[in-house]
Amino acid sequence: MTDVTGFAPWDDPQATPLISYQNVTKTFGSFTAINDISLDIFPGEFFALLGPSGCGKTTLMRMLAGFEDASQGRITLAGQDLAGVPPNKRPVNMMFQSYALFPHMNVWDNIAFGLRRDGLAKDKVAARVEEMLRLVRLGKFAQRKPDQLSGGQKQRVALARSLAKAPKVLLLDEPLGALDKKLRQETQFELVDIQEKTGTTFLIVTHDQEEAMTVSTRIAVMDEGVIKQVATPPALYEQPNSRYVADFIGDVNLIEGTWINGSLVWSADQAPFDAQGTAGQGETVWLSLRPEKVAISKQEPDAINKVPGKVIDIAYLGNLSTYVVEIPGGQKIKAQAANARRLASRDITWNDTVWLSWTKTAGVVLTE
Amino acid sequence: MTRLSRFNVVSLTFGFAFLYLPILLIMVYSFNESRLVTVWGGFSAKWYGALFADERFLNAAWVTLYVAFCSATIATVLGTMAAYALVRGGRFRGRTLFSGMIYAPLVMPEVITGLSLLLLFIAIGLDRGGFTIILAHATFCMCYVSVVVSSRLTTFDRSLEEAALDLGATGWQAFRLVTLPIIAPAVLSGWLLGFTLSLDDLVIASFVTGPGATTLPMRIFSEVRLGVSPKINALSTILIALVAIGVITASLATKRKSG
Repeated sequence: MTDVTGFAPWDDPQATPLISYQNVTKTFGSFTAINDISLDIFPGEFFALLGPSGCGKTTLMRMLAGFEDASQGRITLAGQDLAGVPPNKRPVNMMFQSYALFPHMNVWDNIAFGLRRDGLAKDKVAARVEEMLRLVRLGKFAQRKPDQLSGGQKQRVALARSLAKAPKVLLLDEPLGALDKKLRQETQFELVDIQEKTGTTFLIVTHDQEEAMTVSTRIAVMDEGVIKQVATPPALYEQPNSRYVADFIGDVNLIEGTWINGSLVWSADQAPFDAQGTAGQGETVWLSLRPEKVAISKQEPDAINKVPGKVIDIAYLGNLSTYVVEIPGGQKIKAQAANARRLASRDITWNDTVWLSWTKTAGVVLTE
Repeated sequence: MTRLSRFNVVSLTFGFAFLYLPILLIMVYSFNESRLVTVWGGFSAKWYGALFADERFLNAAWVTLYVAFCSATIATVLGTMAAYALVRGGRFRGRTLFSGMIYAPLVMPEVITGLSLLLLFIAIGLDRGGFTIILAHATFCMCYVSVVVSSRLTTFDRSLEEAALDLGATGWQAFRLVTLPIIAPAVLSGWLLGFTLSLDDLVIASFVTGPGATTLPMRIFSEVRLGVSPKINALSTILIALVAIGVITASLATKRKSG
């Protein structure tokens, strides 16, 4: 799957990764937080580590910042082994979940903190701080203390502070978690914009799949210390490699069955579903089907895969409606349809008998 | 504002009368004209004058302030270091034991602290005097400082220090530029607490003192044994004022930060 901009160094065997985790394991006592992870991240990427809390995504990021050491394995940054390099000597900066702005310093001094540690000349520090303030549009707030700023402003100060030293990699730990939904969406686009302007490689940790889909070039979906799948957002959505990933990213119907002669046998008295996939003959498989790829109609359609059912619930979302349909055998399938017509003229309602249908390529056959 | 019920007003009055009546009496009688401590003979500030003319009291006051200043400062440095190590050191071996041990001297009877320090000073052949009082006071004040500072450190957002390290600060710079300014009110309040404790300590100072080093509480105690002079009342009033200022400043310093 190629990005629309043509930026896809991960498909290029000649490309050298900027960050490379090599068989990294991290244990805390008897608990394994990271289990043998290998991962390459390329220059200029906006890479997301996505997973539920406790999956190890933050630990993986903190190891890059130098706050945790790998128990086993190697982490390299631009070819340099990071083992034993303290946090203050790494060309990596982090934006903390709590923002961690120094409360006793004003915005200006917060942004200048890292530059002063490098022993930069006064005028150089001033020029860089001004540049950063312009980047995050906070020039007017330079003299304010952090507790005089709104959540969104604090977030931008934290971003400016961590970008001031022009790090090779910027780490973002749940950067938008503390913002309300509207502001979060605006800030997502701002982040992408700033990432493109500065050309810095961004590594973001988030549990919000929508956020990861919006901002990143590639996403690693994590669970219990392992990476389940690494792919671009469209690939992750359209070709999940497991039920876990299919379920974690967006909404999905999973129909269990047996793989026989290239189709999914799911019920003794219903026609098998035709799907594209590779699985062993007689293997238990799941058909992963996104709700928006399932068509709903009152008349029996002329389609390869169709199944009758009864509408038991309708969720009206404004632009879309989600229909929950019970098919023979009792499983509930979600189908989504755009509300092109006004509510009053909609012809499907509760307890109606309807037909669900989808094409051969609509679903993905999963074996795990 | 809620109004107190009659019962609460009465309890409050009795409680506070019980606490503050003796102190109030001392303060009132320090302005007594009469030489007799218990008979009111009209208003006068002459005993304050007499007090400041008395070389022995002035000397003792100077020793007390000097001792309190030095021991509070030593206790603050050591106590802050201990608190930092205990809160920030992670779960090192014996941490629970050490943090328990830092509280122990708080409940140790003063007589035992005094006696044990005296025996120590004799054993190592240290000449007793102002210096040994400073050491002894620093020892027990340190516990108070470390309790105050560690309670502030436990609520301190660790990521602030990590952010400083991440931005290129060394461990010492992170402490000096980020941690210390933020916990400064707690440190200051620890210092003031130590200063006040040292100011009014009698028992420990009596054990470890030597010739020429008489603190104010020791001077008062020996004077009172010969009969209460109204000068003592004047002196006590001044001490009460000093201690009150210290305690109020300390609590204001902590409150302003947490607020």
